[in-house]
Amino acid sequence: MHNPPRTSAARSVPAGLAAATLVLATACSSSGDGGGTSQDADTYTWWDPYPQHSEGSAWAERVDDCGERAGVEIERTASDTTDLTNRALLAAQEGTSPDVILLDNPAVPTLADTGMLATVGELGLEVGAVDENLLAAGVVDEKTYGIPIGANTLAIYYNAEILDGAGVDPESIGDWESLTGALARVVDNGDKGITFAATGTEEGSFQFLPWFWGAGADLHDLDSPEAVKALELWDGWLAEGYAPESVINNSQNTTWEEFSTGEFGFAVNGTWQVNSAAEADFDTGVIQIPAQGGGTAPAPTGGEFIVAPLQAETDRYDVTRQIVECMTTPEGFVETATTFAYYIPPTAEGQEALLEKQPELEPWVQAVRDAKGRTSDNLGTDYPEISEPMWTAVQNALSGSATPAEALKQAQADAEAATGR
Amino acid sequence: MATTSVETTRGVSGGGAAGRVPAAPARRGRRRLPGTPQQWSAIGFAVPLLVYLLAFYAYPLWRNVELSLHDYTVRAFVQGDPEFVGFANYAEVFTSGTFGAALINTAVFTLVSIGFQYTIGLVLAVFFQANFRLSSVLRALFLVPWLLPLIVSSSTWAWMLNSEYGIVNSVITAFGGQQINWLTSPETALISVIIANVWLGIPFNLVILYSGLQQIPADLYEAASLDGATTWQRFRHITVPLLRPVTAITLLLGSIYTLKVVDVVWIMTTGGPGDASLILAVWSYREAFGTGRPEFSPAAAIGNLLIVIALVFGFVHLRMQRSRERS
Repeated sequence: MHNPPRTSAARSVPAGLAAATLVLATACSSSGDGGGTSQDADTYTWWDPYPQHSEGSAWAERVDDCGERAGVEIERTASDTTDLTNRALLAAQEGTSPDVILLDNPAVPTLADTGMLATVGELGLEVGAVDENLLAAGVVDEKTYGIPIGANTLAIYYNAEILDGAGVDPESIGDWESLTGALARVVDNGDKGITFAATGTEEGSFQFLPWFWGAGADLHDLDSPEAVKALELWDGWLAEGYAPESVINNSQNTTWEEFSTGEFGFAVNGTWQVNSAAEADFDTGVIQIPAQGGGTAPAPTGGEFIVAPLQAETDRYDVTRQIVECMTTPEGFVETATTFAYYIPPTAEGQEALLEKQPELEPWVQAVRDAKGRTSDNLGTDYPEISEPMWTAVQNALSGSATPAEALKQAQADAEAATGR
Repeated sequence: MATTSVETTRGVSGGGAAGRVPAAPARRGRRRLPGTPQQWSAIGFAVPLLVYLLAFYAYPLWRNVELSLHDYTVRAFVQGDPEFVGFANYAEVFTSGTFGAALINTAVFTLVSIGFQYTIGLVLAVFFQANFRLSSVLRALFLVPWLLPLIVSSSTWAWMLNSEYGIVNSVITAFGGQQINWLTSPETALISVIIANVWLGIPFNLVILYSGLQQIPADLYEAASLDGATTWQRFRHITVPLLRPVTAITLLLGSIYTLKVVDVVWIMTTGGPGDASLILAVWSYREAFGTGRPEFSPAAAIGNLLIVIALVFGFVHLRMQRSRERS
């Protein structure tokens, strides 16, 4: 429409081309800069899932300290667990993996399966002292891909004042029947019974597993009569009003908030709430999660592994090993445990050292010794494929869209389709 | 690096432009560059845009298609050797037990959300058209949902709708009603996320429709009222037809936005309980990032399906616009 005079158009030819080249040139040079920073000989990269521990926190200082001892600087980046797994995968694809990752234990087999992690043998690390049930989460095809820096697990916290009021002796709770009986008395006394987390994520499976295993069920067989029993227990609690409807959406944090109101007799939660329980406005106590017929149910192990992704420059492993060792000596474990206030060391030596300092953690040390890895039983990378149908079944049963038996039958079918077993 | 490229560019293109006219007769066998200088300058100016479009639109789109046609297990993703499986991922998505539920949920979620957002937005826009004292302050207040980070507003809705402690249930029970398990019952979970999404979408509709109303000449209304038209008749015969183009674009953009909603649903219910409030976008997110094991390929297939659905909306809009222009 508006034709410019010919001369100006001719003049703008080189200008336009120059502009285009400039854009391309800057695009190239900026992407070139990005790749160079990760492989600096004196800087080691470290990723962990603790964004709550910011720079300058005790944890960050501890990480820095381990770097100093190895004579290098550690560049620490924190992000939440799911994000961390995805970023680790992307970095491995791009060939820009960090030197060290602290990773939630069920994710270890998934990353190991991609071939992006170095084995402890390749790094020259010793793992003989680590409790077998805790190390199991990092073992794939008899190769070990990392060391737990600590472990946590689940137990039942109780509100001593509410239990006193209802005349319930926590020591008397030894199996499902006595627990349900205790709930009935608490509720009859006008208080709320128990709260737990049955949300539609891994947390839901994590909280369901002690009951699932406590009934004698096996993750290979989600619809066994034992598994149905476990889900019926939860479902029955909701139906009787012993547990609130909100458990269907509760994360473990929300569960704790509910318990902290002081209205609930019991809450299922983890080692990480020990401090918060001590600070509550009411007296609290801890009992182990009972198995159906009595005794302690195996609770799933939680906690992070320290893993080292493969590097193109293998001479970096020597320093990486020193950093990992700094985190996994008995003193290192105890230091981690006290820094976080909730981590139980994964070796017998470390556990004894911790108990000397904090004898009140005894029930938790016992719970961790009895705990069971989610990816053990040779499940490995199949665990996530089984866990998702399982938490979906819990959701479907508790929300009333299916009976426990129907929900688990569907779950087993989905799990079989997903794992091809 | 950048400076050297610019200098070489100047040298090359400057020399080319200056030397072109004398050079042509000298080398008989080679033709001068085809096209007029205007065409070349046009191309030169278009190149940055083309590069941008390719890098930020075409490549991600192609990558998404590629993801959906291969079997990207976690291992294949890292090692870059996925198996080509054709449309197997699509077949898996379509035959999955979740697909039907997710499709219906998406349709209900989108249509009901849009319906309420538009209606309430229009009512408010008409209401605020009459300028009264404090009207601009009130109008600004209605934009608050837009200003809040989604994580804040979604979490707040989740708390308000909590079965045990939520304010909504405490009001209902205070008036003698029954506790409703908004987020945890399969019957009400979808309704709950729709309510939150409608609240979030009203400001967008209000703003666009309000500005659309400003463009309708006031003298039309004056003339109509002189002719004795009632308020309803003025709305029905002036506002509605003259607002039609704005309405069309509002509904189109609204439906595309709503199709893509992930955060609200994810924060409030994660698509649950079970699959009760699962919509396609949330399903895609759940496959890729929501479980311990990322399934990028089916997630990409669902994502592509959403793109196709959004495109259909776009074509419907284009068609409507064209037929209106013709008439």
